[in-house]
Amino acid sequence: MEELITGAEAMARALKAEAVDTVFGYPGGYIMAVFDALFAYKEEVTTILTRHEQGAVHAAQGYARASGKVGVVLVTSGPGASNIVTGAADAMLDSTPLVIIAGQSGVDKLGSDSFQETDLIGITQPVTKWNYQIRTAAEIPWAIARAFYIAREGRPGPVVLDCSKDAQAEKVDFHYEKCTFIRSYQPYPSINETKIAQAAEWINSAERPLAIVGQGVQLGHAQEELLQFIEKSGIPVATTLMGRSVLPASHPLNMGMVGMHGNVAPNRKTNECDLLIAVGMRFADRVTGDEKSYARQARIIHLDIDPSELNKNIHADLAIAGNVKYSLPAITALLEPSSHTQWVESFRPLQQLEEEHVISKDLHPQGDAMTMQEVVRLLSELSGKNVVCVSDVGQNEMATARYFQASPSRLYVASGGLGTMGFCLPAAIGAALGSPKAEIYSVCGDGGFQMTEQELGTIMQYNLPVKILLLNNNYLGMVRQLQEIFLEGRYASTRMQNPDFVMLTSAYGIPARRVDRREELQAAMKEWIAAEGPSLLEVQVEEKGLVFPMIPSGHPISDMILEK
Amino acid sequence: MDTEKTLYTVTVYSENQVGLLNQVTIVFTRRQVNIESLTVSRSAIPGVHKFTITAYADEDTIRKVVNQIEKRVDVLKAWYYTDDEIIFQEVALYKVPTDSLLDTSTIEEMVRRFNARILEVNRTYTVIEMSGHQDEIQALYENLEPTGILQFVRSGRIAITKSTVERLSDFLAEMERRKICISR
Ligand SMILES: Cc1ncc(C[n+]2csc(CCOP(=O)(O)OP(=O)(O)O)c2C)c(N)n1
Ligand SMILES: [Mg+2]
Repeated sequence: MEELITGAEAMARALKAEAVDTVFGYPGGYIMAVFDALFAYKEEVTTILTRHEQGAVHAAQGYARASGKVGVVLVTSGPGASNIVTGAADAMLDSTPLVIIAGQSGVDKLGSDSFQETDLIGITQPVTKWNYQIRTAAEIPWAIARAFYIAREGRPGPVVLDCSKDAQAEKVDFHYEKCTFIRSYQPYPSINETKIAQAAEWINSAERPLAIVGQGVQLGHAQEELLQFIEKSGIPVATTLMGRSVLPASHPLNMGMVGMHGNVAPNRKTNECDLLIAVGMRFADRVTGDEKSYARQARIIHLDIDPSELNKNIHADLAIAGNVKYSLPAITALLEPSSHTQWVESFRPLQQLEEEHVISKDLHPQGDAMTMQEVVRLLSELSGKNVVCVSDVGQNEMATARYFQASPSRLYVASGGLGTMGFCLPAAIGAALGSPKAEIYSVCGDGGFQMTEQELGTIMQYNLPVKILLLNNNYLGMVRQLQEIFLEGRYASTRMQNPDFVMLTSAYGIPARRVDRREELQAAMKEWIAAEGPSLLEVQVEEKGLVFPMIPSGHPISDMILEK
Repeated sequence: MDTEKTLYTVTVYSENQVGLLNQVTIVFTRRQVNIESLTVSRSAIPGVHKFTITAYADEDTIRKVVNQIEKRVDVLKAWYYTDDEIIFQEVALYKVPTDSLLDTSTIEEMVRRFNARILEVNRTYTVIEMSGHQDEIQALYENLEPTGILQFVRSGRIAITKSTVERLSDFLAEMERRKICISR
């Protein structure tokens, strides 16, 4: 039986067929029809109205990263569409599955600079995994099915659909078929058995092996496989910023984080190991520093699902394309149980060094002023077992990455590749919806908070239990740190006169409190954590705090600065 | 730096999707590789388009460019070749004043030597066509220059591999096999 429905209705049904339960969006003329169609399904599909399209995309990112599902965004054409660019670029670099649907002007007006027409396909080409302009209603089911398949499968990423209003209005005979195959796209490259055997052989004969693991382990749901791999092989492990949550911070073989503000031991040991096993990571420049001096002495095995990442930044002696969910256990099966006690022990003096020169100063400062690091560590200790902790960008991010004790059930979420200030608050909104049973923390700096603070309105409207920790240093701290260290303290445009954040938050009906003395911190934080619903805790931290260790950009990873 | 660069021929097979040309060229631009020539047309396989692109680069860079092109969802396959791995050709058209052509005594010799053809002759101008490698096309250009060339145009390169294995057909067959596996 033929049933003709509008394209907008087809869009709504297609989203339901993809089991979408939450859509983040902002309406406008050329997408109203789809909002209208979704309105009829509001029991099944919740539409969250953010306060800015950038907020909608970051919220969808937070939702996707907390739930493992595809985040969905619905915006209008023109400025609505161009406002999604930052979020798409962020999701592209951090491999976050998104389907972003934007309205577009009528087909006969395309290319004529008509009202609220932007060339979204042209604009988003470099920052999407796939994009497509829908001009007829008949294409809608096909395009939606394909969009979800591409966003989700293989290395995830953002997809943009640019949907003409004509396609939304036209009638179509709706049939939905999920996409399971695209001839030109191999999401899961087949794993080369010979290389697996070779990898196992190298690992079995290595004396000083080190594994560096990234978000790929999380995206591939391979946390268990990672655990088996390291426990059988006894190999010490470090994580990237994006991979913080794949292994409990407390695991005895977890040596911490690598990279620019990573831990001393794994950074130094990268340049001492005889075998480096990189799992689901992409050798970003923030991890490698100067590539020419990176792990020169070591053989490198690189496991990743995206073949274009292999031999891209760092040459791998053995590059194994494929899903780490399968390549890792295939290697584990061929390993001889081992422990590298002496090698693991050799990390201790470096840990001790960092403890003395960095960690103890961060956590037990001499002065009255609080450090971001001690505040974050307290949050880490007081928070529960099931947590999503989102940070913003800057010093607050590095303090959180280093001192929030993450694990697979205590997710740490950050904007890694793009480093987008303002990510945190909307991403926490999405995380609250994607992981409704978890405690949700949003750790922001005073600068980044003000980039998307209007999303307090979203939190208010949907009463989302987002706990905001505002680490206020009255500076764009991370840039100020660079000015202090490299530009003789010329603080060009980094000092900020801030509003009264407590009043600002209260204006949205969200409870807020400011703490500027250490004696009050613990009690205030306990109260803030225990509160139902949203709440903001502003902590006045040391204005000129510094984040160490630090590898100056482009320097070898051995060039770590530990203190001023 | 420049001395280490080789002229590579990149061939890309893609689905016939709007905007693909942009997706492919963006990868070159981002990696700061200038495109020397570009030819896009339908391939022998229905629905599949073929790009032939030449560019000077070192091998490491061109390999990364090709990997990043192939990563695009609608791209079927991409490869790069050096000149000795392919048979390639360009076409050029030369428009010269008929008068001055009649004044030279070498026109017949030139047409024969370069294996050129005359496509059009009228009282004002003559259009000569030749296909060959870039240096051959250039040589005829220089030979014709004294006659005063009115217009000159050359195409991008087209190329065919010398290999006896048809890599695209093999790839498509492999993907068809996977499709059948998935639908089972
Ligand atoms: C959108 C955006 N603009 C600029 C930057 C550059 N930037 C990186 S960190 C930083 C300072 C952040 O200040 P704040 O949010 O107060 O955090 P803090 O470092 O003080 O913790 C800036 C400006 C950025 N990452 N993102
Ligand atoms: Mg700040």
